[in-house]
Amino acid sequence: MNKLVIDKDRCKGCGLCIEVCPKKILHFDNSIVNLLGYHPVAADDGCIACGFCSTICPDIVFSVYKDVKEGETVGKAVDEGQ
Amino acid sequence: MEKLLMKGNEALAEAAIRAGCQCFFGYPITPQSELPAYLAREMPKRGRVFLQAESEIAAINMVYGAAGAGARVMTSSSGPGISLKQEGISYLCGAELPCLIVNIVRGGPGLGDIQPAQSDYFQATRGGGHGDYRTIVFAPSSVQELVDLVYDAFDLADIYRNPVMILGDGILGQMMEPVVFREKPRRQLPPKTWATTGKKGRGQNIITSLYLDPVKLEQHNWKLDKKYREIMARECRWEVINGDDAEYFVVAYGICARIAFSAIEMARSAGVKAGLIRPVTLWPYPQKAFDDVMNRAKAFLTVELSLGQMIDDVKLSVNGRAPVYFYGRPGGMVPTAEDIFNEILKMKGASV
Amino acid sequence: MKVVFERPRSLQLTRTHYCPGCGHGIVHRLVAEIIDEFNIQEKTIGIAPVGCSVLAYNYFDIDMQQAAHGRAPAVATGIKRVLPDRVVFAYQGDGDLASIGTAEIIHAAGRSENITVIFINNAIYGMTGGQMAPTTLVGQKTETTPYGRDPKMAGYPIKICEILSVMDGPAFIARVAISDVKNILKAKSMIKKAFQMQIENRGFSLVEILSPCPTNWGMTPGDAMRWINDEMTKVFPPGIYKESWEVLA
Repeated sequence: MNKLVIDKDRCKGCGLCIEVCPKKILHFDNSIVNLLGYHPVAADDGCIACGFCSTICPDIVFSVYKDVKEGETVGKAVDEGQ
Repeated sequence: MEKLLMKGNEALAEAAIRAGCQCFFGYPITPQSELPAYLAREMPKRGRVFLQAESEIAAINMVYGAAGAGARVMTSSSGPGISLKQEGISYLCGAELPCLIVNIVRGGPGLGDIQPAQSDYFQATRGGGHGDYRTIVFAPSSVQELVDLVYDAFDLADIYRNPVMILGDGILGQMMEPVVFREKPRRQLPPKTWATTGKKGRGQNIITSLYLDPVKLEQHNWKLDKKYREIMARECRWEVINGDDAEYFVVAYGICARIAFSAIEMARSAGVKAGLIRPVTLWPYPQKAFDDVMNRAKAFLTVELSLGQMIDDVKLSVNGRAPVYFYGRPGGMVPTAEDIFNEILKMKGASV
Repeated sequence: MKVVFERPRSLQLTRTHYCPGCGHGIVHRLVAEIIDEFNIQEKTIGIAPVGCSVLAYNYFDIDMQQAAHGRAPAVATGIKRVLPDRVVFAYQGDGDLASIGTAEIIHAAGRSENITVIFINNAIYGMTGGQMAPTTLVGQKTETTPYGRDPKMAGYPIKICEILSVMDGPAFIARVAISDVKNILKAKSMIKKAFQMQIENRGFSLVEILSPCPTNWGMTPGDAMRWINDEMTKVFPPGIYKESWEVLA
């Protein structure tokens, strides 16, 4: 399974990641207020590790890891830009 | 030692090269033009950097960058250009960066003229830019002294991490005098561990004058203040002539002191016990020179190529212990020895 | 597990003081990624400007100097002339670069100073509270153009890439937007090319980045991104304005 790590205390609640997530798995977690005073972003299951969220996030909230099988290439967004 | 006949501006340039100046950034202005011309010719030959900047403002900020990168660096200009550099000088002082700034002063205010003047005294010694800061200011009165002070200026800049200014004037810059370039041993200089050279093998280095937290900015200012007090205690320089027996003192610096010297000779021939106090550092101001002669001094005459700027420091140094008189010529006019002699007689007459 | 994204090591762990949705965070990260990719963290020196990004030295984990307003290209020149084998970049905003520092940027470009300039154009003064910038669009409301920028009173936006591209000095001049994922990746490739130009000693490179300022534009972060695409790019078309692969003598 792909891994999406969210450093919730870095999130400023701008919501850009929520807009760009192709799987629409990101949302604000209104049950918490983080260190900076925002409702931080949270993720449901189903991350495809495309890296869109980490690409648009101004605050390095995300770390993204793709579960790859032997020989499989990672079609990550960052590669496509080059 | 070989004695060379050189123009003040060119001798200054050669001394800077010999003192290890790695780069020069400047913008053309009269009457210091021979200095950058000399460096433009000589620096590239010796593998150093000469760059004519687009403005005085750019030049002083190039100095900031180069100084921050650890280089021995200088700029030179004249009054109007120094006014433009004040922003950068404030930043250099705030970020504690060493450099040499040469001001070959011309008549002001505004565009003024290109004749010799000393009307940048306030600007040099009181700052001129924003914030609490000081620059060490040297005022040589001969080409030889100019050369010798260049070495010291670079060394003091490095030792105290502070800009040093050499305040000359058009006459000093233009006149030719014999000069010897002594191989002066450098003072023990601290390593520039703070320079931004790339963080290889160490933590991050930052050059900044920004302290958003007022508690930290106050601490920074106190730290600078401590440094300035140390400079005041250790780096005052002056020359006293006839200090042993003089009663009437002329106080003058730079080219003015040369003329004043002739005037006190005339006064002594006329039976007046005249002496001369010549500050070599204008900041820190050599108050001790006054203390040393105060027991027999009857009066002081400040002579300037300006309308009463150094007189403030003379009065602060005398501190009411004797009368202080003034004689000045502004606008690029230079008094004769006779003029000053007459003022000495007036001082004596008024003080009896 | 394959890493798709982690914090570049040329960025510190510190949280930035930037507002939610501010473009500075994105651009800082792109620059840091490129520094990592070229493996030049230990030989790069950055210059922080006056403006919102004045504290950039607290975010990048490289040697940095803070410059007076508009003077970053002059400071960069001083550093680069002393240390020609280091990589030197100036990070500047639109007020810094296109208003108070126009002389410095034009002449650094004219000298083909072998430095890289990252130029953040968000059409407004951020730190001082939303005043008109040299790049403010005609009709755009700011603190000091409360009725919208009227060319009769306040003139027209300054187009830096267009101006610099007609000069002989620059090696690489490009404009990008960071308004969506695709554009951000495009921006990164342009910034990377600019650094590559410097590393290969080809001379002056500048990338202008159309960047959001949701707070002072009075928009949500999402709307700010859309405004870049819909309005800013009309006045400031993205693209490569100059590209010359000659090596400096």
